[in-house]
Amino acid sequence: MNNSQPAVTQSAEGRDFYRALVRRRQLILLGLSAALVLSLCVDLALGPANYRLGQVIRALFLPGSVDDQLRVILWEIRMPVALMALVVGASLSVAGMQMQTILNNPLASPFTLGISAGAGFGAALALAFGVALFPLAVDYVIPVNAFLMAMLTSLAIYGLSLRRGVTSETIVLLGIALVFIFNALMSLIQFFASQQAVAAVVFWTMGSLTKATWPKLWVSLAVLVVAMPLLARRGWSLTAMRLGDAKAESMGVNLRGLRLEALMIVSLLASISVSFVGTIGFIGLVGPHIARMLLGEDQRFLLPGAAISGALILSVGSVLSKMIIPGTVIPIGIVTSIVGIPFFLYLILNRRVATW
Amino acid sequence: MVSLRLDDISAGYASRPVIAGVSTPELRGGQVVALLGANAAGKSTLFRRIFGLLSGGGQVRIDGAASARPVAYMPQDNGARPVLSVYESVLLARMQGRRLKVFDEDHAKVEEILSLLGVTHLRGRNLGDLSGGQRQMVGAAQALAQDPQILLLDEPTSALDLSHQIDLLSLLRRLADEQGLLVIVALHDLGHALRFADAAMVLHRGSLIACGPTAEVITPDLLREVFEVTARIEPCTKGHPQLIVDGRIDMSGPAVSAFAG
Repeated sequence: MNNSQPAVTQSAEGRDFYRALVRRRQLILLGLSAALVLSLCVDLALGPANYRLGQVIRALFLPGSVDDQLRVILWEIRMPVALMALVVGASLSVAGMQMQTILNNPLASPFTLGISAGAGFGAALALAFGVALFPLAVDYVIPVNAFLMAMLTSLAIYGLSLRRGVTSETIVLLGIALVFIFNALMSLIQFFASQQAVAAVVFWTMGSLTKATWPKLWVSLAVLVVAMPLLARRGWSLTAMRLGDAKAESMGVNLRGLRLEALMIVSLLASISVSFVGTIGFIGLVGPHIARMLLGEDQRFLLPGAAISGALILSVGSVLSKMIIPGTVIPIGIVTSIVGIPFFLYLILNRRVATW
Repeated sequence: MVSLRLDDISAGYASRPVIAGVSTPELRGGQVVALLGANAAGKSTLFRRIFGLLSGGGQVRIDGAASARPVAYMPQDNGARPVLSVYESVLLARMQGRRLKVFDEDHAKVEEILSLLGVTHLRGRNLGDLSGGQRQMVGAAQALAQDPQILLLDEPTSALDLSHQIDLLSLLRRLADEQGLLVIVALHDLGHALRFADAAMVLHRGSLIACGPTAEVITPDLLREVFEVTARIEPCTKGHPQLIVDGRIDMSGPAVSAFAG
């Protein structure tokens, strides 16, 4: 335990080390944000009528200076879809990241815990048989059904997590079991449903941003805007949870309370998103892992990082969904999985730092 | 000066009681207290009860505390490997319950502690890349970063090499002497307890069977009863008490030599 250096110099060394770390992370966040803006502009430019980026930017900032057709296509048709990609991508990624954090398990995500499958089952009930789980919301039967089933699934998972001796592995196993149960129930619905209803159910489960509208966008955005600061203020505690339960407790973290709080918030995030756009399984698992690889575990950077990386993945997916077959918009859930998973495998097989 | 007293405390898990009727005299700041006992005697449970992670009967009395969180607890290492540098992990321990902004004084404290423990060179290393011993030193740093007045350390030397064991225990001794910390440290090396601790508490099957000055507590009779060994305590050439183990007691027969071939 040599202590030959003067304390003042050492203190400055530590501070400088930390500031360099923070600067690097801020630059990464800035880079991701720039990529996100670019992707959004490209997403807006692409469609049956393609526009140049310059036209898109002018229509965004000086809508009065472009012709009516461009303005209507951009603002009325493409904007809600493109922004929905960002909001849903961010929501699912943040939800997945916090599920991984509070369960300390890299496999946790809205998809693997059965929340997406629950939502799919709720939607299928409405699509196939017109069952409304909450009869008052006549105009929104499908998303409301999906939302209620997703929240019920989350509550079941939370209820299990309160039992003594239940580990995070048990919870993930329960999630996987729920996925299988809901898939079986979906098959049962499809077995009895009409051919037309089966097609509608299958399309819903593929996940598609074309379901986006301004009201749905505002609701999803409102939930995200409320959730982010609530999670951010628990930044130190949530980061400590990744040190393991015993260590986090020893630092004064109230594990049970924090788990409940975070699980409720992220369940809401995931349920709202899935209920509006259908099953998009890839983002909640991969968005957080990419953010963690780039930014580390400190939630003050990981939280915005997961949101931006999720938004970016889904926005790029939206661009690709229009580019793969010109004139056809392939459902986004298919695109993100086919293009994103090989990219993800490349990242985890070539990473320099073990993240789990 | 901070002080701690346990009055008839008990604790356990679900329907399984682990410790019962544990009472101590007043333990004061400036003392190093060794918590001794065989495996599964209840040492970690006692720490968790004192720290407030377990509820149970009796009272944990802390007087003279200068802050709302006077106790820091270093649990045994659980092998978690998050993507956090050593510096961040120690800062993280310090920042719990505080605002998100990190101030210069927080940096100064973290660096001071890393320096005290001789691990400034690990500052930028990932926790997952450290050896078991290095992780224990970082664990001690995390506990110290919380500005405690009472420090509970659960087997902090179990993965350290001999020189680092002595370094860490010497540092704890110094912190008690110079800063008035009350240090309670679970140890399996009774020689270290004799050398560094003022007092010893011995847990045996969930009960506290001895608590007092180390030299009065660690006796051949106690070693026979708790650890099932025959042993002597004799001064070395420099006058330090030294534990010499003669053999393991075969519970069904006489003592056998520890060094028999």
